Amino acid sequence: MGYEPGGGHVTSIITALAFVVLAPLVGGLVAGVDRKITARMQGRVGPPILQPFYDVAKLFEKEDVTVTPSQNLYIVAYLVFMIVSGAYFFAGGDFLLVIFAFTLAHVFIVLGAYAAYSPYSHIGAERELITLMAYEPMVIFTAVGLYMVTGSFYISDIATSTVPAILYLPGVFVGFLVILTIKLRKSPFDISTSHHAHQELVKGLTTEFAGPVLGKIEIAHWYETVVLLGMIYLFFGFNPVLAIVVIALAYLLEIFIDNTFSRMKWQWTMKSGWGVAATLGFLNLVIVYYLYMGV
Amino acid sequence: MAYLKKSPWLLHYDASSCNGCDIELLACLTPLYDVERFGIINTGNPKHADVFVITGGINELNREVVKNTYEQIPDPKVVVAVGICACSGGVFRECYNMAGGVDQVIPVDVYVPGCAARPESIIDGIVKALGILEEKREEMKEKEKKHGN
Repeated sequence: MGYEPGGGHVTSIITALAFVVLAPLVGGLVAGVDRKITARMQGRVGPPILQPFYDVAKLFEKEDVTVTPSQNLYIVAYLVFMIVSGAYFFAGGDFLLVIFAFTLAHVFIVLGAYAAYSPYSHIGAERELITLMAYEPMVIFTAVGLYMVTGSFYISDIATSTVPAILYLPGVFVGFLVILTIKLRKSPFDISTSHHAHQELVKGLTTEFAGPVLGKIEIAHWYETVVLLGMIYLFFGFNPVLAIVVIALAYLLEIFIDNTFSRMKWQWTMKSGWGVAATLGFLNLVIVYYLYMGV
Repeated sequence: MAYLKKSPWLLHYDASSCNGCDIELLACLTPLYDVERFGIINTGNPKHADVFVITGGINELNREVVKNTYEQIPDPKVVVAVGICACSGGVFRECYNMAGGVDQVIPVDVYVPGCAARPESIIDGIVKALGILEEKREEMKEKEKKHGN
């Protein structure tokens, strides 16, 4: 492999296409299981597992009421860049480029929310920018940490590396779990828009999006979930079975956190995101750096 | 095809209710009744809503608010008037500041009487509304076809 990213173009194209087709199904199912488990944790029966698909199908049956047409264009860009960054991730591309495309996708949804003339939408957009700022350093540290351990920024090399990355990067992994809570908009950090308690800021970021446009945002969120869970895999690339088990446990932990904590102020999101990046992430990288200096 | 029936999102507006019907409506979301098992979600945003649930009679001050909120809900949509005040104005009907029931301002599809309306009857009313919602969707589709031609 080494200089040939992906270890073969055909496999890269197949995995990328598989992502584009299968990720919405997987992401939607994860969302459905999430809602079911959440309901069980609250002592309720909960909706069917396929409920997220019903919701999105319904949204596409609704009337498209858009006040500012440009906001829809931004959402299309959000969806496209989410798919592109995810496809590049699963094609085994450069982790850094994936992160940049991923961030760009989020910038588009923020722009979309700013394009609408609504104070709720604007506050939601501002808060989304805060969450972007909060989690970004830790994502970069994750990429750098995996590079230091496996010697490559290419996902294909990291995922197939036999080095047990988790043993070298336990701090980075825990830090990544913290920002995963921010990214999945789980409870202490669901400041910009949330799945529950819809009365917060009306609906924040997505207040002004209705019908099919909201459906696109949901689909983009499914893609996003799959990419984020794929990033957990990179820590356990040496043992795929273990990786799948850890991904399931990590998501379960996120649901548990979601149901245990109440929503915090945005300052707390910043402190948590940068706090884990500065302590767990950075210290872990320093230790790994000195370990490798000795080798 | 009929996904609307499987995922109705509610918007609850308290016109001038005494909070009796409001609490009964919120009781539907609790573990005992758990309407989310039917895909029903209580959203706070008219632009995401399918079913507009109003409790309490309309007074002269919120007449415009109700109209405005109703207009913000994308089609197809249904209106459910919960409680006797929302249906007809109830005991407040003759008050100097009251406009009467919800149907004085916007078209109502389902009336759920009661003081306060019980959660069972509210759920029953919303299930009835879903049938009407489906009819409206088909009407909307036909209209679109006509305009398309």
